[in-house]
Amino acid sequence: MTPMVETKELTKRFVKRPDLAGRIAGKLGANVHEQVVHAVDGVDLQVAKGEVVGLVGESGCGKSTIGRMIAGILEPTSGHISFKGQNVDELEGDEAQRAKLAVQMIFQDPFASLNPRQRVAGVIGEAPLVHGIVPRNELNGYVDEMLNRVGLDPEFKRRYPHQFSGGQRQRIGIARALAVRPEFLVCDEAIAALDVSIQAQVLNLFMDLREEFDLTYLFISHDLGVVEHISDRVMIMYLGRIVESAPAEELFAKPNHPYAQALLAEVPRLDQRKRDFHPIKGEIPSAMNPPKGCHFHPRCPHAFDRCRTEAPALKEIAPGRLSACHLNDNNGA
Amino acid sequence: MTTKKKGPTLSVHDLRTHFHTKAGVVKAVDDVSFDVKGGQVMGLVGESGSGKSVTGFSIVGLIDPPGRVVSGSIKFKGEELVGASEERLQKLRGNRIAMIFQDPMMTLNPVLRIDTQMTEAIKAHRDVDAQTAWEEARDALGQVGIPSPEERLKTYPHQLSGGMRQRVAIAIAFLNKPDLIIADEPTTALDVTIQSQIIHEAQTLCRKTGTALIWITHDLAVVAGLADHICVMYAGRIVEEGKADDIIDRPLHPYTIGLIGSVPSHNKRGQRLNQIPGMTPSLLNLPPGCAFRNRCKFDDGECLDEPGPTRPVRGRSVRCFHPQRMEVTS
Ligand SMILES: Nc1ncnc2c1ncn2[C@@H]1O[C@H](COP(=O)(O)OP(=O)(O)OP(=O)(O)O)[C@@H](O)[C@H]1O
Ligand SMILES: Nc1ncnc2c1ncn2[C@@H]1O[C@H](COP(=O)(O)OP(=O)(O)O)[C@@H](O)[C@H]1O
Ligand code: SF4
Ligand code: SF4
Ligand SMILES: [Mg+2]
Ligand SMILES: [Mg+2]
Repeated sequence: MTPMVETKELTKRFVKRPDLAGRIAGKLGANVHEQVVHAVDGVDLQVAKGEVVGLVGESGCGKSTIGRMIAGILEPTSGHISFKGQNVDELEGDEAQRAKLAVQMIFQDPFASLNPRQRVAGVIGEAPLVHGIVPRNELNGYVDEMLNRVGLDPEFKRRYPHQFSGGQRQRIGIARALAVRPEFLVCDEAIAALDVSIQAQVLNLFMDLREEFDLTYLFISHDLGVVEHISDRVMIMYLGRIVESAPAEELFAKPNHPYAQALLAEVPRLDQRKRDFHPIKGEIPSAMNPPKGCHFHPRCPHAFDRCRTEAPALKEIAPGRLSACHLNDNNGA
Repeated sequence: MTTKKKGPTLSVHDLRTHFHTKAGVVKAVDDVSFDVKGGQVMGLVGESGSGKSVTGFSIVGLIDPPGRVVSGSIKFKGEELVGASEERLQKLRGNRIAMIFQDPMMTLNPVLRIDTQMTEAIKAHRDVDAQTAWEEARDALGQVGIPSPEERLKTYPHQLSGGMRQRVAIAIAFLNKPDLIIADEPTTALDVTIQSQIIHEAQTLCRKTGTALIWITHDLAVVAGLADHICVMYAGRIVEEGKADDIIDRPLHPYTIGLIGSVPSHNKRGQRLNQIPGMTPSLLNLPPGCAFRNRCKFDDGECLDEPGPTRPVRGRSVRCFHPQRMEVTS
């Protein structure tokens, strides 16, 4: 079956200008260059219709950058993205518009993505009106319906975003995304900024909406417990590359990639008491200067010579399971 | 300074810290009591705005107007800190009591090299020569797992990653072997593998030095692995406290029960989570009675009065008229 979203060799590089301290050092004769960040480095991924795919990895590994490219708000440096089998760069006119609206993004900070001077009715109703999804005379009822769907009182529509709590604002952000009838939602740390007791409410809302609107999700989060709960499949990233992709249950039961193993072992869990923390060593390397070969080799307890020179490809190791580690060659063939 | 070995390092009793704002009184900390012993880790857990940081700042005497400690007692090794002179508090801070913040730049000075900051922190409180101070600083960096500490000593904070900066802040907190460390969400902004490294370092240092540690967090799972004793805060009050195992396996307060019940690992994969309804109340002009009332399914007429904490039994106490029993199985 054609995946709903597919990327091929998707790559994003950012040119980072030196910061103030760097520029001063440069003026004083130090060797300071413009640096290139390999935020996303040749990523192939697929998301099937109806699937919830979790995307996890440490800060700066490129999760949001992938999400923003898929949502069409960031231009890839190279590679391409297909929506329902069609390369989005080749779509034109109405088709391009429809593909763009079909993919919506929900951000961590609901306030940053809401216009503070617009009433809730406008925040939710503007896009569907502009895009002709709803005629003006039905807009009022449509906004009410959207607010109801996300568990808010339609009376709220006359208020401004700053008059709401974080959880309510996130609901408004979700209502706004739903109002353009998307098929695919990219949720980028969508519950991270919420109070612990509110996170479960919003997570439940995402699960209800999935059923109700037949949605497909790319769910970006650093909270592995949440990702395990909500995802059908999980992809783990490290420094711009996907290192493992597997059905959630299998991945959490038996991670294959050494980085995935280390990451899952570090997740704080309620059932572990007075544990001795034995963390993996070393800092997360800079994306400006990633280690050669396998990016994980300086921290990997199993690294061997080949790891330092040759980047492992993301390969199938079992049906539906992909991993990028040379160890799989040694064991397999 | 004489140390009474037996008594708690810190004893907080009936602490109330209020902010008198234009909009009204914010009772950020209201009737909070707890003890921490040397070598013990106390986890202070609660969601944002529940009063955790204000509790920590009250202990180190860093509450600024319009805030004020309005009543209660904070005894540090027997010495009363409420009403103590700023001079005395300054002497204790960074020496006998240290605080680690979520943002390490609260501790670090951006324009000074790490070595300068560290040796000054030592020399401010002890009479040692420059060479000794430098060696101590180097060893302290090594102890928190910073590779090539001699090199790092020569850098400025902006040249370090977030995790590295936080480790420097921790090293500074431990420099003078304090009796008490208050760590306010020091790993919240960090990645799990780095969080785990930092908890490991703090844990090892406390075990070695017998320092009492208060670890403030919104994440119960973090303190589950770290703390001996847990206090759960809600709306400015400690609603439940006890040994970590008791709190997590046998919570009594409806809020704690709801919180633990909503953790994904206690729910069936892919199913709706058990959720606590409603929102956290604003602490501004909080209505009388139990602050959890609007979200509690056991609430009745009695809860219109304010519940006091039950008398502690083996360190366990709960602030609720109708404590529940929930055996958690995971
Ligand atoms: N506009 C930009 N200019 C320069 N560099 C950028 C830009 N956006 C992102 N980067 C860099 O690209 C890399 C990936 O960033 P990205 O935001 O995708 O990470 P992330 O995985 O979402 O991290 P987090 O968990 O912190 O949100 C990082 O090194 C980041 O500093
Ligand atoms: N300077 C201040 N002025 C007014 N209210 C304050 C001030 N500092 C904190 N508060 C209030 O005190 C309460 C507790 O805050 P805090 O201790 O920071 O919470 P947390 O548990 O998230 O650390 C909150 O309601 C907060 O808004
Ligand atoms: S390829 Fe080598 S360094 Fe990379 S994860 Fe596998 S064993 Fe470790
Ligand atoms: S005192 Fe009443 S309202 Fe408060 S938590 Fe207990 S049962 Fe619920
Ligand atoms: Mg991000
Ligand atoms: Mg705080």
